[in-house]
Amino acid sequence: MQIFHRSTNTIAKVSIFGAVFFLAAFAWIFSALLRSSYATREGVILKQPVPFSHDHHVAGLGIDCRYCHTSVEKSAFAGIPPTETCMNCHRQIWTNADMLEPVRASYRDNVPIQWTRVHDLPDFTYFNHSVHVAKGIGCVTCHGEVDRMPLMFQSASLQMEWCLECHKDPSRYVRPREEVFNLNWQPPADPQEAKALQARLVKEYNIQSLMSCSTCHR
Amino acid sequence: MDSVKPKAKCGAEASAPAGSGRPGVAEIRERLREKKGPEFWRSLDELAGTPELEEMLHREFPRYASEWPEGFSRRRFLQLTSASLALAGLTGCTRQDVERIVPYVRQPEQIIPGKPLFFATALTLGGYATGVLAESHMGRPTKIEGNPDHPASLGATDVFAQAATLTLYDPDRSQTLLRAGRPGTWGSFVGEVSATLRSLQPLGGEGLRILTGTVTSPTLADQIRRLLTAFPRARWHRWEPAAPHQAQAAAVRAFGRPLDAVYDFTQADVMLTIGSDVLCHGPAGVRYAHDFAAKRRVRANTMAMNRLYAVESVPANSSTVADHRLQLPPDQLETFTLALAQALGVAGGGGAALADETARTWVRVVAEDLRAHAGRSLVVADEYLSPAAQVLIHGINQALGNVGRTVNFIEPVEADPVDQLQSIRALVADMNAGRVDTLLMLDGVNPVYTAPVDLRFAEALQKVRLRIHHGLYQDETSEYCHWHVNAAHELESWSDARSFDGTVTILQPLIDPLYEGRTAHEVLSAFSNRPDSTSYDIVREFWSGRLAGLAAGFDGRATGESGGLTTTLGMGGFSGTIGDAGAMTRGSGAGAGTGLDAGQNTGGQMSQGGTAGAGGLLQSGVSDTASDAAGTTGSVASGAGAPAAPAGTGAAAAPAGFETAWRRVLNAGIVPNTAARRVSAAVAGGAVQQAAGEIVSAARNRAEGRVTLLVRPDPTVWDGRFAWNPWLQECPKPISKLTWDNALFLSPRTAERLKVDFHETVAVSAGGRELRGVAVWVLPGMADDTALLTLGYGRRKAGKGTGQGFDAYALRASNALWTVPGVEIRPLGGQYTLACTQNHHMIRGDEVNEDAEASDQAMKRHIVRTGTLEQFRQNPEFIREQRHIPPDDMTMYPNYKYDGHAWGMAIDLSVCTGCSSCVIACQAENNIPVVGKEQVLAGREMHWLRVDRYFYGDLDAPQIHNQPVPCMHCETAPCEVVCPVAATVHSDEGLNDMVYNRCVGTRYCSNNCPYKVRRFNFLRYAPKDDPLLAMAMNPDVTVRMRGVMEKCTYCVQRIEQAKIESKVERTPIPANWLKTACQQACPTGAIVFGDQNDESWEVTEWKADPLNYGLLEEINTRPRTTYLAKLRNPNPALEPAVKGSEHGHA
Repeated sequence: MQIFHRSTNTIAKVSIFGAVFFLAAFAWIFSALLRSSYATREGVILKQPVPFSHDHHVAGLGIDCRYCHTSVEKSAFAGIPPTETCMNCHRQIWTNADMLEPVRASYRDNVPIQWTRVHDLPDFTYFNHSVHVAKGIGCVTCHGEVDRMPLMFQSASLQMEWCLECHKDPSRYVRPREEVFNLNWQPPADPQEAKALQARLVKEYNIQSLMSCSTCHR
Repeated sequence: MDSVKPKAKCGAEASAPAGSGRPGVAEIRERLREKKGPEFWRSLDELAGTPELEEMLHREFPRYASEWPEGFSRRRFLQLTSASLALAGLTGCTRQDVERIVPYVRQPEQIIPGKPLFFATALTLGGYATGVLAESHMGRPTKIEGNPDHPASLGATDVFAQAATLTLYDPDRSQTLLRAGRPGTWGSFVGEVSATLRSLQPLGGEGLRILTGTVTSPTLADQIRRLLTAFPRARWHRWEPAAPHQAQAAAVRAFGRPLDAVYDFTQADVMLTIGSDVLCHGPAGVRYAHDFAAKRRVRANTMAMNRLYAVESVPANSSTVADHRLQLPPDQLETFTLALAQALGVAGGGGAALADETARTWVRVVAEDLRAHAGRSLVVADEYLSPAAQVLIHGINQALGNVGRTVNFIEPVEADPVDQLQSIRALVADMNAGRVDTLLMLDGVNPVYTAPVDLRFAEALQKVRLRIHHGLYQDETSEYCHWHVNAAHELESWSDARSFDGTVTILQPLIDPLYEGRTAHEVLSAFSNRPDSTSYDIVREFWSGRLAGLAAGFDGRATGESGGLTTTLGMGGFSGTIGDAGAMTRGSGAGAGTGLDAGQNTGGQMSQGGTAGAGGLLQSGVSDTASDAAGTTGSVASGAGAPAAPAGTGAAAAPAGFETAWRRVLNAGIVPNTAARRVSAAVAGGAVQQAAGEIVSAARNRAEGRVTLLVRPDPTVWDGRFAWNPWLQECPKPISKLTWDNALFLSPRTAERLKVDFHETVAVSAGGRELRGVAVWVLPGMADDTALLTLGYGRRKAGKGTGQGFDAYALRASNALWTVPGVEIRPLGGQYTLACTQNHHMIRGDEVNEDAEASDQAMKRHIVRTGTLEQFRQNPEFIREQRHIPPDDMTMYPNYKYDGHAWGMAIDLSVCTGCSSCVIACQAENNIPVVGKEQVLAGREMHWLRVDRYFYGDLDAPQIHNQPVPCMHCETAPCEVVCPVAATVHSDEGLNDMVYNRCVGTRYCSNNCPYKVRRFNFLRYAPKDDPLLAMAMNPDVTVRMRGVMEKCTYCVQRIEQAKIESKVERTPIPANWLKTACQQACPTGAIVFGDQNDESWEVTEWKADPLNYGLLEEINTRPRTTYLAKLRNPNPALEPAVKGSEHGHA
């Protein structure tokens, strides 16, 4: 006697076989979601109180990174300029621009401007700008071509696998210290030459591949 | 949510009524005699091997944690498991919130966002200053370090200083000014005060009274003197409940005037403490501990050690590092003093009958040893001992020629010292007589709680027309007051204070008052004709005429070219990190929210100050003890011109050079040339004979068989002022290891005689007063017929300390402040569960099983290793020879190689006093939460570093040993191999890293840790929702969430910071530059940390020392934290007696 219809055999086979695909698909969707710009905010422009353009100030006017981000060579935090830094110029130029009213108001009323954080690491991760700069990692390596960003966005995922890609083998990303703030620096076109330069820099700067957890997590 | 019943037991010491689970004391004594129990033991339970303790040892966590619920079906279990798995997965899907960055509008010059600044200031206890460097992160003080240049600190601190940041951010602090219990304003307060002053003016201030604690602040004293000049009939009373009143009385009797004794332990070879905890108590404890330890480090090249004898009624931290320890009841202690004085020929006559044979031997031997080291010996009295005994000790030191060498006398550091007991008595009498119109209680005095009980202060207080209280908290006294002015914390205040040797420090604020609190200076200025002066102006004005002369030629810090701290700070740059605050005006608010208008930068622009020489000027001006209040300032000015600026001119009229000197002095944290002058003093001949007579007659009148109660300041809450501070409440008290409560400590024999046991309540009655419901704690090391109850508990209003413990003040009458004889102790049959950590995280030293194997010495695990100097001299390798170290290749995994740093730590047991500064320093540095009494009872306290206390030998007269236990960072770590998610892993530099974001809370690691140093967040202990407490957090350390394991990291944030700075500056980390928080706070320098791969670090030398050993190293964990065995330097003349009780010392 047959309790189940014949077709149940097929259904059972398909569902067992399908479960593998289903699980694989689920895993794929999950990992894709985790890496999506929805989760990482990679490439997403966040609303800022003032639409500050790095494109204009860096590429257009040629202002050095460190004019505003003063502590990038000294501290973990690169520093966001106080209102006073903006006003150094803007008390003389574009003094009436509507766009700059929040800046003038901040200076006038002594109330800080609240910028939206673009590069936001989790609280259990301790990144340090000064040591990366000292070891010849350029701004552009992590922050992207900031001089072509009219509005700032995060150009990398900032996920741990992205950090580790460099920490495993830093030589691929190192550049001469004096070129760290040069957004247009390119490694030598000749791959042989580029490799030689990188090998020399790794040795000269004593660059290690730091993979211990406590390097970043404390 | 776990439901933790308050009845939870602390190990087995809670095993209900006597005799139920545990054998009686007599039986334990028997076991000890037969050497069946452990050699080193933590508690009576361990000695006895109670079933409760056995059970606890077999569990990873004592109770509740690993309980398998009953009535749980398999189906239900699977449902919950899969649901929690799915939900746990989902929580990983949270998207990070968008955060804001709030920069300054105008950034102060010295601030580098992300880097801390250090400011030199001071914290006071009972009026006396300890110089500290306070760490400030973007305007929030987060950590206190000692100031290496300050004489009372030398870079270390005590527990109270370490806990100061929590007091600053305590949500229980008084947050507003109160008028009759309702919020008031400063303006209306000043209005009422002015009206009162106007009415009192014609009477010359009759009826105006000020009550303070001990005042050493030159500025405050000057303000009060001015007030007393303006109102000549006003009076200044003082009451500091835990001040050394008796020491002052003794000095008056011996020398005819109050003098402070300052000891020099660096010059002393043989020391005797009589009841004193001189190394761990009082305004100079940190300094004395440092000096004592300096002469106690035995290394292969220095085979000399000082020798310390301790005679005491209650076990003190100092006696844990003593070479000989003798317990005597309080009255015998005085007789001992007399007998010693007689043996040394200081006092004549007989009458000193020491009941105890051992004590008689001691007198003979100690007297001989002291005499043999005349001029290089030192006898230190407990400052709470009777004045007569202290007079004798002055006589002894003088006879031994120690005065001027190991003991020096200085004019009192306290401003205008008075007999404080007389002072408060007079105040109460006047209040009762209606002669007090207005009473100002300044700077946190709490007389309703702390005044001697027989004075009935609260009743008298109600007869005062206008009562004003000024303090950090709304306490027992503020309830009775018309006005309560909320005080500014010392980290919020401009002020000044003097240390034990007189050195002045100017206190500078690190943050604007969080609640617009007022300093004592500002409250007093309300009583002057300039009611709105700020304390900044007041302090500057006081110093304007004095400073330039004192600081002439002083260039701040004695560090040479680099100008910064290069040797002592664990953090904050190799050069020039000490900031100078200038005037901080708007520092409140977390993070970068608001700006700090720091004054202009200092450093480089300073010229080389004035040149007028003015050595030792301050003596006459500040420390002058002349009782006439005013007019002592003139003599100060001889060096630098004008006298103190008169009122009204302010800082603007400050003489040239002042600004430079001011900034230098602030930067250094000390005012140079302000240490008090030494004075020569001779003990009056009659005083000694009179004192001897008193002791003889007191001994005659002694009631036999009654218990003597000793009242002492508490080791963690002091006189009650720190009852609000949860760090201090939860810090296991040295020796007893109690948390959150005090208790009536009794010796095992006395407890047996009184038929009381652990946790049982008794009624304590003395002098017609009774305190009911006091819980008993049996503490080996207590003298028989002696009870100890510490101050500060049994509070009605003390925030989180409310209702904890028992109020010793209720038994403390003005005729017996520190020693209450003839006390009756009556069992009540009740229970009060005390939370004690002595059995928590226990490492079983050896088996209790009474088989032959276990009693074999070879089988014992030598957790604490000790020896004598003689043993070491004969065979420096004697510790090494006892060790059993498995070979390097005895591991399944390949050994690690360390090319760069290899961090390690060594702890010298010879000098650890068990003071617990390290515990609180670790807590402050690493954002360690407090858990509360109930969780402590469940064994869940979170301290990463614990100080284990072991007793050794005789139950009735044990030796006491301390052993700080942080994470061992094992080379072959048992925790690492069992973690299923690799949340605890080995780093390239030998650290055992703990990765919170990976931890899923299986707790396997903790289960597998033989040292029991891992702590699990069973609940969400971290105060994440309180914005105030969040400000106390160290931003360099992750705040852990619920369900995460944590443990000592060797302060990895400091290591990383140091490495990063060395890389940025392209220089190697200077040797010994990097310090862990515990190391930095340790007064005796018992902890060193550093790079084992580099021979220039001290730790390498320690590790090579023959005394070095690892804890449980025989199980092949290869710990990186190691210990130097504890050496004692016993006197051969006493050794046979000691040998007998040491059970064949290993």
